[in-house]
Amino acid sequence: MFIAATIAVLITMALTLTRALMGPTLFDRLLAVNSFGTKTVMLIAVYGFMTGRPDFLDIALVYALINFLGTVAVLKFFEYDDPAAATYQEDDY
Amino acid sequence: METLVVAVLLTFLVVIAIGIIVLRDLLGAVILLGVYSLVAAGAFVVMDAVDVAFTEAAVGSGISTILFLGALSFTSHKQKPRGHDSVAALVFVVITGGVLIYGTLDMPYYGSAESPAQTHPELAVRFIEESGSEVGPPNIVTSVLGSYRGYDTLGETLVVFAAGIAVLSILGLKRRRPEDEVLEDAPGDTARGASDNQQAYKE
Repeated sequence: MFIAATIAVLITMALTLTRALMGPTLFDRLLAVNSFGTKTVMLIAVYGFMTGRPDFLDIALVYALINFLGTVAVLKFFEYDDPAAATYQEDDY
Repeated sequence: METLVVAVLLTFLVVIAIGIIVLRDLLGAVILLGVYSLVAAGAFVVMDAVDVAFTEAAVGSGISTILFLGALSFTSHKQKPRGHDSVAALVFVVITGGVLIYGTLDMPYYGSAESPAQTHPELAVRFIEESGSEVGPPNIVTSVLGSYRGYDTLGETLVVFAAGIAVLSILGLKRRRPEDEVLEDAPGDTARGASDNQQAYKE
């Protein structure tokens, strides 16, 4: 059962990776990348249970945090440093 | 099964790398670089190199993404189109890669029981039997890292420490700037200073 789950997660990773590479907009890429990170976390967790080492869950948790951090950093970049938002006023936040 | 997972992850790595090269949008490339590091770290976990995987995930996917974004905020999002294809560079890179792959042929296969570290008559036995009395910690890996291989670990720690100082100094330089601009109180600088403040807050 874990083998089937691993293969399914790998296929999902391939699908989200396709979306990340094709785009077309940056937000598509960002969403795809975020869910790709989630799938990586799931892959590590499922793989840990498949090989009988559930302590891989801790590593998966750290990856989830790092993935979230990267996504938030990119989104902050979108919000504050985009050239289109150059007319941004201090009162707005 | 492990071979399959590693093979699929390595294929992902190749695909992502080609995508990064082809992509003209630098912000998209930065996002894909983060994924590249995450997949590499996943492959390391599957191959049982958990410590390397942690470093790869924290540095490659976390810190360098933020550093690249900081660099991008000073430049444009779009890569300039290049008029010529540099065939010479491609040939050079292919030759270098070929030489590197040729160099790996002499190395023992992954997980091989015939690798020198496994077949050495005294090494593993010495670590298992003597490390408790020679070094102390019950964990043999800790003894090897901290004592038998101490200089190597010292070098690694120096590199990580230097990288940490570099990152802190870069981020610290950025944090100091908005205070000067706010003090000047120039109307044109308000948006820039506010966004820098926000960034300092984020970091």
